[in-house]
Amino acid sequence: MAATLLEVQHVTKRFGGFQALTDVNLQVHQGECLGLIGPNGSGKTTLINCIAGVLRPDGGSIRFHDTDITPLPAHQRTRLGIARSFQIPKPFTSMTVLENLCIPLAYTAPMQDRGTDMTAEAMAILQLIGLEAKAHMRSAHLTLIELRKLELARAMAARPRLLISDEAMAGLSSAEVDEILAILTALNARGISIIMIEHIMRAVMRFSHRVIVLDAGRTIAEGTPEEILHNTAVEKAYLGE
Amino acid sequence: MFSFDLLVNAVVAGILLGGFYAAVSLGISVTFGLLDVANIAHPVFIIAGAYAVYAVNTAYALDPILAGLLFTPLFYGLGVVIYRIYYVSFERAGEQSLRGLVFFFGLLFIAEVSLILAYGVDYRLIEAPYIGRSVSIGPIGISLRLGVPCVVGLLLTLALYLFLAKTFYGKAIMGVSQDSLALRLMGANPIQIKTIAFGLGMATASLAGALLIVIVPIEPSMGREYIGRVFAITVLGGMGSIGGTLAAALILGVAESLTSTFSGPSWALAVSFGILLVALAVRPAGLFGR
Amino acid sequence: MKWLWPVLIGCSILGAGVLLTGVVENRYVYFATYVILQYIVLATAWNILGGYTGYVNFGTPAFFALGAYTATFLMLAYKAPFLVLLLAGGLISGLLGLGLGYLTLRLKGVFFSIATLALTVVLQTLIINWEFVGGAKGLSIIRPATILFFSSYSKFLFVVMLCLAIGAVAIARWIEHSWIGRGLAAIRDNEEAAECMGVPTLKLKILATTLSGCLMGMAGVPFPWHVTLIEPGSAFNLDYAVNSLAMPMIGGTTTWVGPLVGAVLLGVAQQVATVTISSELNLLIVGVVLVAFVILAPEGLVGLVRRLVKREHA
Repeated sequence: MAATLLEVQHVTKRFGGFQALTDVNLQVHQGECLGLIGPNGSGKTTLINCIAGVLRPDGGSIRFHDTDITPLPAHQRTRLGIARSFQIPKPFTSMTVLENLCIPLAYTAPMQDRGTDMTAEAMAILQLIGLEAKAHMRSAHLTLIELRKLELARAMAARPRLLISDEAMAGLSSAEVDEILAILTALNARGISIIMIEHIMRAVMRFSHRVIVLDAGRTIAEGTPEEILHNTAVEKAYLGE
Repeated sequence: MFSFDLLVNAVVAGILLGGFYAAVSLGISVTFGLLDVANIAHPVFIIAGAYAVYAVNTAYALDPILAGLLFTPLFYGLGVVIYRIYYVSFERAGEQSLRGLVFFFGLLFIAEVSLILAYGVDYRLIEAPYIGRSVSIGPIGISLRLGVPCVVGLLLTLALYLFLAKTFYGKAIMGVSQDSLALRLMGANPIQIKTIAFGLGMATASLAGALLIVIVPIEPSMGREYIGRVFAITVLGGMGSIGGTLAAALILGVAESLTSTFSGPSWALAVSFGILLVALAVRPAGLFGR
Repeated sequence: MKWLWPVLIGCSILGAGVLLTGVVENRYVYFATYVILQYIVLATAWNILGGYTGYVNFGTPAFFALGAYTATFLMLAYKAPFLVLLLAGGLISGLLGLGLGYLTLRLKGVFFSIATLALTVVLQTLIINWEFVGGAKGLSIIRPATILFFSSYSKFLFVVMLCLAIGAVAIARWIEHSWIGRGLAAIRDNEEAAECMGVPTLKLKILATTLSGCLMGMAGVPFPWHVTLIEPGSAFNLDYAVNSLAMPMIGGTTTWVGPLVGAVLLGVAQQVATVTISSELNLLIVGVVLVAFVILAPEGLVGLVRRLVKREHA
């Protein structure tokens, strides 16, 4: 049994009167691909934001590598090894693709190395992702799939142990979905654990070792892709009664 | 030296002041609280409204409150124009608030300097039958100079509250601040609604300016005192809650009045700034907030 | 050694300035260039927080005046030497930036800006009540009869401000090209993404605010001696707020060159204009130009030049 990398326990989150997450429990094991699915508004991005540190949960705890990271701000969690991509891409628009990668490369490096030139490492990541031709293009001018790849490349540049991919495939063509899937598979092969949030079922089912289903802020099912496909509660959540 | 009489009068004066502060803050409550547009030029437009009232008062001896109401459509139109420029230049492109803020600061500056060029830096005041008279209820003295603006301010607050709660456009404005997609699905155009809302916010500046010149003599740079007050009230009151704005305005009015009476008038501004900082610490809920 | 050239250039400029004081006697030259150098410092300082990091400070007068009043206080109370005044002014204004930043920078940037807008008025009110430094009426400041080797105090002030300007521009340039500068740019472009990419956004923002405030305070320290008077109206003048903002916006906010260009252009223009037209009209024009630039040419003159150069190459 692989070691537990991330442990989310009893996490709740409220926004004013709206209960976004209720008693959510989740585990990610070393080297695992975890699929996180659920209807729109079920709280997937909120959960990711709690794990990444953008939001503070109202209750519960989050442990990474057996350390309680609940009080830590997002940038410290990134340095510990949690990286995420954004559902709506957030590139650093005044910078080139290469410079975008240099930010996480510099800031997850130890202080004394921060000023060194990281162009080589950045180019290596761009080659893996397939963006090396656009290295010197301003990120504001990229197409959608290029922006999605940049999100993943940037998350990669943060030297993660755990990568959270938030709907990286939304709005892409079938071939483009396969491209992204290939990148994520390659990353996993390098030992990076991945949480994948997606609506594109064939991608989630092909890619994940385990799947967790969220609905209205609660976990309603957990299991292998096979088990989830035949789970009636999951059917109800997506299709209604 | 402390006396109960002094205390009661200070509190009453503070409440009256609060009613006026509510009127002054309504515009920001709508444009910043509901639309998220930080129109920092709003206070200087209130001063401009006060000067407009001064102009017709000296020329035609028109009652200031009436004059303020008269200019309201003009200020509404001004608000519409400003919002159109703002929207086309900044919001549509999804730019960060940096440039929008600088835009409003530029407007603030242009307006203030224009007023200096037009009227100079001397104080201007007006005549009205209720200025200088006061009414006594027991030991409490209420000067009409404060009393009339307070009442008008409360009426304006009530009117805006009813508009937002009961009318179609009012409810649409409340809606656009929360979910502009849903609004679009209902057939309303969010941009048109936001333009109306901004115009409305600016329109209140006219009457607020009238109230201001009833209370104190005016000069062009006065707007700066009100920036801290107005935003403190809006944030403390809960960003867009009209009831919250009123409550926060009363609190600030009383706090300032007490400070003024017992520590000296020059410390009153420090109070509003302190409340602003406290309000920012208590965010995002404010008192009644969303 | 990458830093050799900048150091040489800085020293030559300083040297040239000092030589100038031996040659030129016209008081007005020193007066006018002092004002422009002062704006170079203010615009550059503003830009570290505004242009690099994306947080707008409307309270330049507060930081500037705090430096001036700190210097006045220390001089009156302790007859402190000029260098101490300079460092103290920078320190106190830096602390103001630190404090304000700590209180407001966890929130959206607009709240920081609103707080800076209210800050000036409040600080001015507090100073007005402080009789020791002159209160509302102010105090006249007497320049020392002799100062180092300079034949007039104006020349000394000019050289001081020249040093500050060189220092400010050097700091801005160094930051811009360092990993700190890249972190600030990331915050400006997308703060949430920066935070998630490992950038300690709060720490960097507070650093920028403190440094910016410190430089503004230092620019304010010589001011009482420059005008031989310390009084709230002129120290807290709104002009400083508009100019320290307009100069980078017109010049260009993303590099150290922008504030320099903007300060020189706008500063010279205003010196000329104040002589020919009223100072209010002059300010009105600044306001209009600012609004025009922010709507039509947000990258400023530097940005326009860059675009032109790209078009020629393409």
